Amino acid sequence: MAAVQETVDHVRRIDVEQYKYGFETKIESEKAPKGLSEDIVRYISAKKEEPEWMLEWRLEAYRRWLNMREPNWARVDYPPIDYQDLYYYSAPKKRPTLNSLDEVDPEILKTYEKLGIPLQEQEVLAGVVGADGRPKVAVDAVFDSVSIATTYKEELAKAGVIFMPISEALREYPDLVRKYLGSVVPSTDNFFATLNSAVFSDGSFVYVPEGVRCPMELSTYFRINEEKTGQFERTLIIADKGAYVSYLEGCTAPKRDENQLHAAVVELVALDDAEIKYSTVQNWYPGDADGKGGIYNFVTKRGDCRGANAKIAWTQVETGSAITWKYPSCILRGDNSSGEFYSIAISSGRQQVDSGTKMIHLGKNTTSRIISKGISAGRSENTYRGLVSAHQKATGARNFTNCDSLLIGEECGAHTVPYIEARNASTQFEHEATTSKISEEMLFYCMQRGLSSEEAVALVVNGFVSDVLQQLPMEFAVEAQKLISISLEGSVG
Amino acid sequence: MTPLLQIKNLQAEIAGKKILHGVNLDIGKGEVHAIMGPNGSGKSTLSYVLAGKPDYDVTGGEVLLDGANILDMAADERAAAGLFLAFQYPLEIPGVTTMTFLRAALNAQRKKRGEPELSSPEILRRVRTEAEKLGIDPEMLRRPVNVGFSGGEKKRAETLQMSLLEPRVCVLDETDSGLDIDALKVVADGVNRLRSPDRSMIVITHYQRLLDYIVPDVVHVFSKGHIVRTGGKELALELEANGYAEYVEEAA
Repeated sequence: MAAVQETVDHVRRIDVEQYKYGFETKIESEKAPKGLSEDIVRYISAKKEEPEWMLEWRLEAYRRWLNMREPNWARVDYPPIDYQDLYYYSAPKKRPTLNSLDEVDPEILKTYEKLGIPLQEQEVLAGVVGADGRPKVAVDAVFDSVSIATTYKEELAKAGVIFMPISEALREYPDLVRKYLGSVVPSTDNFFATLNSAVFSDGSFVYVPEGVRCPMELSTYFRINEEKTGQFERTLIIADKGAYVSYLEGCTAPKRDENQLHAAVVELVALDDAEIKYSTVQNWYPGDADGKGGIYNFVTKRGDCRGANAKIAWTQVETGSAITWKYPSCILRGDNSSGEFYSIAISSGRQQVDSGTKMIHLGKNTTSRIISKGISAGRSENTYRGLVSAHQKATGARNFTNCDSLLIGEECGAHTVPYIEARNASTQFEHEATTSKISEEMLFYCMQRGLSSEEAVALVVNGFVSDVLQQLPMEFAVEAQKLISISLEGSVG
Repeated sequence: MTPLLQIKNLQAEIAGKKILHGVNLDIGKGEVHAIMGPNGSGKSTLSYVLAGKPDYDVTGGEVLLDGANILDMAADERAAAGLFLAFQYPLEIPGVTTMTFLRAALNAQRKKRGEPELSSPEILRRVRTEAEKLGIDPEMLRRPVNVGFSGGEKKRAETLQMSLLEPRVCVLDETDSGLDIDALKVVADGVNRLRSPDRSMIVITHYQRLLDYIVPDVVHVFSKGHIVRTGGKELALELEANGYAEYVEEAA
């Protein structure tokens, strides 16, 4: 049929030209020697002026990592990574002192400007709404291995919220960091998390004190710029009793022919009655049409509902990366705590996605909800892998899972791999899954009303993901919607 | 005066099977033509081919809208040129509200015609006005397109789309199917309101019933992929009384 052929042709045409963030910033940088060794771990720790215990923690992780094997159970396929052929630390060359944004390398500022990320604080008084009526967002910008700037620090400090690069937090609040670091994702957790524990260079640290509702959205933008450089960021967010925080992470990288490694760890801790909302818009460079280049995104994200009635919600819009290996999870330890996972994973070209979540019910009457929407186009493979488990003592645990997959074209794949383990009889787990193809009939209907084929697909896809988009903070939902259209541009007829 | 729509010796097939065997039809501005015929005669195929459904291959002939051949245009370009097809079975689009769909469609057409896009409040105002005339509950505009709509609601929604998009040629494909008499009257009233000296309509139906409410200027009998007889509105009554048997045999 003609339309199907057209779809296939369009899918073939997907290439890197769609990637709007593929530029490179020319700046001088300071790098650690290539390769990984105890010396490199010491180098990074020294660069960060870390306390002794931190260095020991890193070294222990490094030694353990040497005896670990890279996991191979995910439905992704890539040539072996040479861990000695990477740089583990790269920082823009420092100017003498960095007291304000004016002193940041203008090239870097331009980079963030191009990316549309606001590093200039609007001159407005305390309050949630900025001068232009849009909600204010505090930004921590991480460029390769270091944090470049963190905005709205003072205003947040007034509310008692700590938001700073984790390297800085290690110096200013060592006890707080020490208490929580590795308490959700231990340094022994898995190959990539252990590697991260040894060499992580920066990331964000957030602490919201008891009873405080964070007055604005917090966000971090990660940018990998240097060649052959791994980015290993570590994010730690703690919401103390009754606190609330909403956090957004965004990521981009230049187009490069070789693959770049990104192995991050994110830990969330929600104490009694606290709530953390963590949203990700992941748009790492996905590689070209033949699968050359792109980011390997091997990320461990986990939240711990450590107190009663705690709540953690993960929302992710995944459009980038050559390979995604990522399972943002919730440990539902506190009684009545709840975990949510809303995901939109779009793959096109030769992208491979193996992503999902784990909901581990330990406390009584814990609830979780998983809504996953996978969209595959081109020759991509898109797998949802999820675990829902209830411990013997997790009486009254409830889960609802809905996994929908949408296929565009003939050469892509969608897979759903749910693991469900209930160890007590009072558990109620529900699982729904559908796989559908974008129907030619539906596209024709939209086109008969005047929409072009691309507009029609964008509309249908946006409808397909609408219940997840609703979970994103308002203005990011708009961004995400645009991103979805861009990443599917030309993928359909 | 040149007819608004001219169909000349139109031939089309699907998956190698020939369905339209040379359709000839001229429709002047403001005219309403009914096309009646037995099931499987190719009536719906005609509507799909006019609208540019990609499954069909046109193997001969021309379709001119205001003198321009529309067969080279994609479905969305034909829509922007003013061709509207009211579907027999309107499609469901989960997660997309009717309002969003209407806004997207109207502005997409305007953009293609080089007209300025309309603001959301302006579109909302227009949609509400039209919806009210059709007795459509505003709540329906917030529901996803056609999802969970009753047969009557779907046809009303099609009529709403048609009123909003203001096409020059409307093709109504079995609009009466699945409607009870009350719903049929509402939809027919909606269609009659759209009759104007500048707009032409093709009403495709199996039954005469619809034509009691949408009274045509010309009636064509369609059989085996082409028009076998043309007459005035009284031809519909004759068909109602005698059935299609003679045409099926004649064409065979």
